[in-house]
Amino acid sequence: MSDTTKNEYIQHKSRRKFLKGLAAGVGLIAMPGKDASASVWEEFFQKHFRELSKDELKVVIGRLEKEYSKKFAKQVTVKTTPPIEGVLYGYGLDLSRCIGCRRCVYACVKENNQSRDPQIHWIRVLQLDKEKGVDLSHAEHYYNPEKVPEKGHFYMPVQCQQCEKPPCTKVCPVQATWKENDGIVVVDYNWCIGCRYCMAACPYGARHFNWGKPGLPVAEMNPVTHYLGNRPRPKGVVEKCTFCIQRTREQPGRYPACEEICPVGARKFGNLLDPNSEIRYLIENKRVFKLKDDLNTQPKFFYFYAT
Amino acid sequence: MNTRSFARSLMVLLVVLMVQFLSASTGHSDRVKEFDRSGRLVVVEKPANEMAAAYDIKNRPAEKVFPVPRPPFSEGIFPCTQCHKYMKPNPVQRTLTEYHTEIVLHHAEGQRWCTDCHNLVDRDKLRLVSGELIDFTESYRLCGQCHGDKFRDWKVGIHGKRTGNWNGDKQYLLCVHCHNPHDPKFKALKPLPPPVRPGTARH
Repeated sequence: MSDTTKNEYIQHKSRRKFLKGLAAGVGLIAMPGKDASASVWEEFFQKHFRELSKDELKVVIGRLEKEYSKKFAKQVTVKTTPPIEGVLYGYGLDLSRCIGCRRCVYACVKENNQSRDPQIHWIRVLQLDKEKGVDLSHAEHYYNPEKVPEKGHFYMPVQCQQCEKPPCTKVCPVQATWKENDGIVVVDYNWCIGCRYCMAACPYGARHFNWGKPGLPVAEMNPVTHYLGNRPRPKGVVEKCTFCIQRTREQPGRYPACEEICPVGARKFGNLLDPNSEIRYLIENKRVFKLKDDLNTQPKFFYFYAT
Repeated sequence: MNTRSFARSLMVLLVVLMVQFLSASTGHSDRVKEFDRSGRLVVVEKPANEMAAAYDIKNRPAEKVFPVPRPPFSEGIFPCTQCHKYMKPNPVQRTLTEYHTEIVLHHAEGQRWCTDCHNLVDRDKLRLVSGELIDFTESYRLCGQCHGDKFRDWKVGIHGKRTGNWNGDKQYLLCVHCHNPHDPKFKALKPLPPPVRPGTARH
């Protein structure tokens, strides 16, 4: 063995050592500090929501409720209500009624604890030309006239379509988002790594990212929350409409906040498996279409014309 | 042997079916609907007294009653009889100059007048074209006389707003909660602010 090769060997070995040391060091910095509270450690090692046992879930919920109650200075409940047996949620929106007043957008923000600043809206209302029909290339969502509806226009609110074949859940590298048995697509905010692949995969622009620390005023925080729904989100996770899971999964379950606020009654909600529900009536009796039907995402959000 | 017994039982079945068919087509029971050979319903003439009974409003099935909130009366206007009991009913169509001058009828005004919907004598009631008097809380029946398609949709919860529970008690609204009966077109609203354009936020 010549001197040069020996030297190279030594050098190589020391570089490896250096990298090892660097990795360990960076790892140590990333770990919660010595003085971090026990809850930070618990959160760090928390399992995926669907892998939690009953006892583990209780601990997690207890920790979250304590944390949120302290932060928002009120009693915050975090529900984990499971899907109701024999229920598949469906939503109907009457395009011949909607006037584009955006009441639904802000009712949703209030109910679901979205960040006010930076602003996150789960519902986007599109203004479309009557002459062009449902042509998204001519959609405008920054419209702000004195009064709506404006002549020659119709309005189309778009939110999560709760697809039966959701493209967003397929692309998640860590399975932090999935479709529940009642058809609601949910996100485990504690498992989401913020890669935003799901946002790229969603053809409806229905997923939103917390680019900054969510600005949620303490006084306006809705303390009735669900783990998979409207509980306060951290920075760096994706969120979306859950058909107001904290309301609709109860028995009796209230209508979603957007349905309840709509001044023209354009929004309809119900169980697709119940032949006597409103949603079934409108699908069977009205002109119905699904947005971007050709993508075969099979939305459970039905746009219809009651007239 | 087997095939013969099968054929025999088939014959028996056919005979039974024939008998049933004949008895159904020749029997003259009033309650049985009759069909011609192509399956169309044959209209059976009924005696005049039976027809009259069918058209009498007393014999119609009662309309389902929907629980609704109090009608949106103007302050202090109801009951109407608190003023109208001192007035002599005047059925003449005229321009009102003393009271209710704020009401501008913009609802098929060429063909309509107050007492087409409001009862002339007992002012606390509304009047259907059949002559039946109904309360203001049942006004959807009055509107439904012309707007039958909307009434049908409203009853199943498609037209109009519903609140409450999707799988429990639901709250209906009257037509007049959203549509002014004297000027029913839904009024334009000021939209809530548009979303912030990306890049213009203060961050």
